Amino acid sequence: MAKTNVDNYLDNETRNIYNTKSNNEVLDIKYGLTEDIIRQISKEKNEPDWVLDIRLKALKLFYELSDPDWGPDISYLDINKIATYVKSIDKEKRTWEEVPDEIKDVFDKLGIPESEKEALAGSGAQFDSSTVYHNLTEDLKKSGVIYTSFDEALREYPELVKEYFTKAVPIMDHKYIALHYALFSGGSFVYIPKDTELDRPLQSYFRLNAKGAGQFEHTLIIVDENSKLQFIEGCSAPGYNELNLHAGCVELFVKKNAFLRFSTIENWSKNMLNLNTKKCFVEENGKIEWIMGSFGSKVSMLYPLSVLNGPYASCEFTNISFAGKGQNLDTGLKIIHNAPHTTSVVDSKSISKDGGICTFRSNVLVKPNASKSKLSISCESLMLDSESRSDTIPVDTIQCDDVEFAHEATVGKISDEAIYYLETRGMSELEAKSLIVRGFAEPIAKAFPVEYAVEMNRLIELELEGTIG
Amino acid sequence: MSLLSIKNIHTIAEDDHNKKILKGLDLEINPGEIHVIMGPNGSGKSTLANTIFSSPRYIKTEGNIYFEGEDITEESTDKIAKKGIFMSFQTPEEIPGVTLANYLKSVKTSIDGKKPSIYEFIPQVENTMKELDMKEEYIKREFNVGFSGGEKKKNEILQMLLINPKLAILDETDSGLDVDAIKTVVKGINMYKNDNNAVLIITHSTKILKGLNVDKVHILVDGKIVKTGDYSLALEIDENGYKDYIK
Repeated sequence: MAKTNVDNYLDNETRNIYNTKSNNEVLDIKYGLTEDIIRQISKEKNEPDWVLDIRLKALKLFYELSDPDWGPDISYLDINKIATYVKSIDKEKRTWEEVPDEIKDVFDKLGIPESEKEALAGSGAQFDSSTVYHNLTEDLKKSGVIYTSFDEALREYPELVKEYFTKAVPIMDHKYIALHYALFSGGSFVYIPKDTELDRPLQSYFRLNAKGAGQFEHTLIIVDENSKLQFIEGCSAPGYNELNLHAGCVELFVKKNAFLRFSTIENWSKNMLNLNTKKCFVEENGKIEWIMGSFGSKVSMLYPLSVLNGPYASCEFTNISFAGKGQNLDTGLKIIHNAPHTTSVVDSKSISKDGGICTFRSNVLVKPNASKSKLSISCESLMLDSESRSDTIPVDTIQCDDVEFAHEATVGKISDEAIYYLETRGMSELEAKSLIVRGFAEPIAKAFPVEYAVEMNRLIELELEGTIG
Repeated sequence: MSLLSIKNIHTIAEDDHNKKILKGLDLEINPGEIHVIMGPNGSGKSTLANTIFSSPRYIKTEGNIYFEGEDITEESTDKIAKKGIFMSFQTPEEIPGVTLANYLKSVKTSIDGKKPSIYEFIPQVENTMKELDMKEEYIKREFNVGFSGGEKKKNEILQMLLINPKLAILDETDSGLDVDAIKTVVKGINMYKNDNNAVLIITHSTKILKGLNVDKVHILVDGKIVKTGDYSLALEIDENGYKDYIK
């Protein structure tokens, strides 16, 4: 029998592909965070003054603001030891062939351009601080769709960018968003004009390659009225002993009657501090779907915010986190219901193993004007042993009477009886656990695009075998 | 050579080492035979099935178990399954999120050590389900989730037929089943049974035995087999109960 793609995928892949380290020549590398460095970055990028002003303001804020007084300890982060800017390519490429071989190799091994050919309307790739590649099909370019690196968008569409940039995530939001705005580099800009539906997704892949480096990409997406977009971002990094830092930012704007599905698979290596910020504004009858898979990193702090600003706006949030040994994944979401008849559905699952910690914070605010709103929140966690931890921390603030609200949380341990049952069917303990965990994750895996669902299953297997990182 | 040979097995409970359950049990099963174990509650019937399978809930303190001449006393549960022993559970587990089809594929892969051909395996599953009077759409449902007691037991028989073990142990497979479901289970056993394999049925009642060619009936009381006979012994128990065998 011919093997399916899925089988091949599962058979051939190992953690090694994620660990591929490129020996590409680095053109420029800067450590630490000073005004001088910020000015240099801005100059190299040929940025307008208003952008440099934002960077400098943010720099000041970073040193003024303090670490959050809750969540995982990140006080050991020394920004002077982080390579805050790593330039590995002088100019972004239009065709995959032009990308330098050393960098292309890494992405090839991750299967990035392969998946582009049939399944995607466009794709981009970032390597350390530089966007190496962005491409969009010709017909979409003609219809006015914009998909470029964020740096290029600042040069080519300054007015459009200026209108939205920092408007969803303000620079004073928290210490690490200030850091982001001081150092941002790369990321994607997407504009979908009115009445435009993309039948295939756009995909951006972020690879942090350099040892001890930080990645500060900025992604800004605007889906205009009556339009539809699916956007996928993938993130990975090889394992090092030095601390790496990711402080990206995602700003999303979903206009009237528009739809955006924003899917993320984060598979950072276990030396990564992942302090990412994502926000979305949704207007009347618009819909945002967040689909998140968080696997890697040493510490993650990530709580996407959806603000439902127009009547009948809705938000669907689907999440899975897997924390293994030495990992502390502090994730969750925030939703603000700011108009009547708004809906949110949350389905989150977390798995922890070998002392891993999963914390899920859901913070929901229903404002007095949000009558007839509906909220359904479900958080399930599965612990594979008794050393692991799993917490769900709900904060629900309902300022309106006329609301349908359901919040469910369950915490479970994998049952010895179920493992024994599967062992009597010839499975080893590991195979038995893997089957149970895959079943637990299945409803979430289904929400991912197929290549990513396969990758997620593979990541689960790798996590269970403990070979990751 | 006997298929299964149990010599003087003694067990205690894992969570209570003072609790002796099997107290020197012997049993010989040859290829082609159907054996029945009957006994009052708490006599050690289910413990026997789980002891053969090296369940972590029991500790063997004395004696040996041989399968096809090989000592499997200390063997792990999954290896015992791979050697060709199957057990139908009294209370089968549920595996949420895993469809019956995917579950069966995983089981088949584990037992055979290689993935089954989907083009052959899925039709085989569908045909077997039809024989067992199971609804076709169940193949896409999550394994045992929301299944009735009877459906779960049929699911056990389905696995037995697909795995096709050398020895099938059926632990209280008939309990809680209605007349039609019992008929289906009996049909399944007869489909499975041939001259080279064997069945060990653990039961409370004789209902399941009527359509089968039973070779031997053993009465298990207080951790030991106190009497062995043919099918007529089961009928006698049905009539008089265990009172003559309880000291």
